[in-house]
Amino acid sequence: MSGLVLDGLVKRYGSFTALQRTELSIPHGQFVCLLGPSGCGKTTLLRMVAGLDNPTEGRILLDGADITQTPAHQRNFGMVFQSLALFPHLTVGENIAYPLRIRGVSKADQGREVERLLALVRLPGVADRAVSQISGGQRQRVAIARALALSPKLFLLDEPLSALDAKLREQMQIELKLLQERLGITTIVVTHDQREAMTMADLVVVMSQGRVRQAASPIEVYRRPADSFVADFIGMTNLLRGRIAAGALAVDGGTLALPGLPPAGEATISVRPEELRVHRDAAGPNRLAGTVSFVRDLGSHVELRIDVAGREMIAVATPQDRPDVQPGQPVGVELPPASCVVLES
Amino acid sequence: MTRHPPRRILDYGPIAFPAAMLLLFFAVPFGLMIAVSFFQRIEGGFYEPAFVWSNYARFLSVFFGRVLSFSMMLAAGVAVLSVTLAFPFTFLLTRLRRRAQVVWLVFLLSVLSLSEVIIGFAWATLFSANAGISNLLVMVGLLDAPTSLSPSLGAVLTGIVYQAFPYTVLVLYPALSRLDPTLTEAARTLGASPLNSFFTVVVPALRNTVVATLIMVFVFALGSYLLPQLLGRPQHWTLSVLITDQALFQANMPFAAAMAVFLVLVSLALVGLSLLVGKKENAS
Repeated sequence: MSGLVLDGLVKRYGSFTALQRTELSIPHGQFVCLLGPSGCGKTTLLRMVAGLDNPTEGRILLDGADITQTPAHQRNFGMVFQSLALFPHLTVGENIAYPLRIRGVSKADQGREVERLLALVRLPGVADRAVSQISGGQRQRVAIARALALSPKLFLLDEPLSALDAKLREQMQIELKLLQERLGITTIVVTHDQREAMTMADLVVVMSQGRVRQAASPIEVYRRPADSFVADFIGMTNLLRGRIAAGALAVDGGTLALPGLPPAGEATISVRPEELRVHRDAAGPNRLAGTVSFVRDLGSHVELRIDVAGREMIAVATPQDRPDVQPGQPVGVELPPASCVVLES
Repeated sequence: MTRHPPRRILDYGPIAFPAAMLLLFFAVPFGLMIAVSFFQRIEGGFYEPAFVWSNYARFLSVFFGRVLSFSMMLAAGVAVLSVTLAFPFTFLLTRLRRRAQVVWLVFLLSVLSLSEVIIGFAWATLFSANAGISNLLVMVGLLDAPTSLSPSLGAVLTGIVYQAFPYTVLVLYPALSRLDPTLTEAARTLGASPLNSFFTVVVPALRNTVVATLIMVFVFALGSYLLPQLLGRPQHWTLSVLITDQALFQANMPFAAAMAVFLVLVSLALVGLSLLVGKKENAS
């Protein structure tokens, strides 16, 4: 098939397994975010795609061709490093022209290409500056321009925005996504920031402990998390564990009638804070009795912490829907069946 | 720790002892040497206090010029050879695992602790006709009969480079181990082969370090005294040998002192230059 295919990729360092057997298909033109906490194997995976590390097992296929043994310098992938790795002895323009110079492109063509790339990342007129003379955000753009200089088949970025302050990071996320859409280039970004992944990705690959937990669109990862790790890692959630009896789930504080439950045994469900309905009355279908322990009114939304049978649940409401409750007040928390996700155990 | 400039005379107390030692065993003898370099030599005797430039004027002789230029060329050759060998070696060393690096560094330090005499006689043996490496070359068929490779310029160079190599590695090591490894990785993803990335990124990114190291090794080799005598012919003798010869055997202390002062000034100037280069590196 066309696109990038990871076929049974494994990476071990001695007895430590950095990446467990991974199967992943990425069609052309997709923006993929590898998302997970530090040490989850996402950078290892990216480095193997780039050719900087060799997989212990498995193959990497690009458009059907096996590139597992192709050295990094023959893969023609652009990569942006977390440290940016701009060459300190070269000017901005020379940095961007480096891949062209290596390939023996003429000086005049190099100059034209540098101008075009600097315009692409909206940073014209800095070609003659030293790398140390430009700001962090500008360096970021230079690193992106340099990685794109060869019109690469794959664009790889390892935590590219982590060095920027929050405001600039948000802006760059949008810019990076728009750039990718304009160029239509297959892009893989490693990040630990779920907001960043939600902003940019067509496909979010959630990883933990060297394993891919879920690979799906951002909204599906949010709405239909595959397991409790994904549910907990992406946004806030309420996880409830209970015993199944007669098509209903018995949890602490009440019983929930839910579709899609296994016939018997135990199950964990996840329900997002904004899906919860808080009522002053505890009686009703799919309601759990609890007590409000804390109200955090942030203006844009209200966050309620509710003690349900000794476990804290979080409900979020918009100012319009704000339930009229005070701390210490007994309430009923309604879990709409459609928004409860039964997780893989 | 608080840092404030010393205010009272007592604040200088901690440096009094080292300062006194430095004064007594370095500044005073060096001052004496400068003084002697202007004294008048008495033929067949010793010297008497005077203020003459004649000792320095002798620098203009052809003989002195030849010895000086040979010393300089030898030191330059050693510097270039040592850095050329040590730079790639140190680069690969910094890419090894921590434990392996420590083993190598301990080994290099132990080479550094060898005395010049031992190095000299060891190489003299290795270059000899009956026990040396030429026998190995005969064994593998590269030579017809074992020959003596010493004394020769090559033997002198080999000996001093061997002595300077660990020193060069230790000078290069900090800069190379601080070099961000993602720089070479970035070069590789941008299409440079490992060898290409070494020459287009690692070497140019550290060019000031390379220049500073060249100067340091040059100064180190400029003072070599024993190895040229053990491994070379008289035409391979350096300025240091000439100074000793004048002082001890020709009893011409003023001329020896003048040459020594000159050598110290050249070395100081070069060390100053290397500090300047280092400062420029830090500023960028």
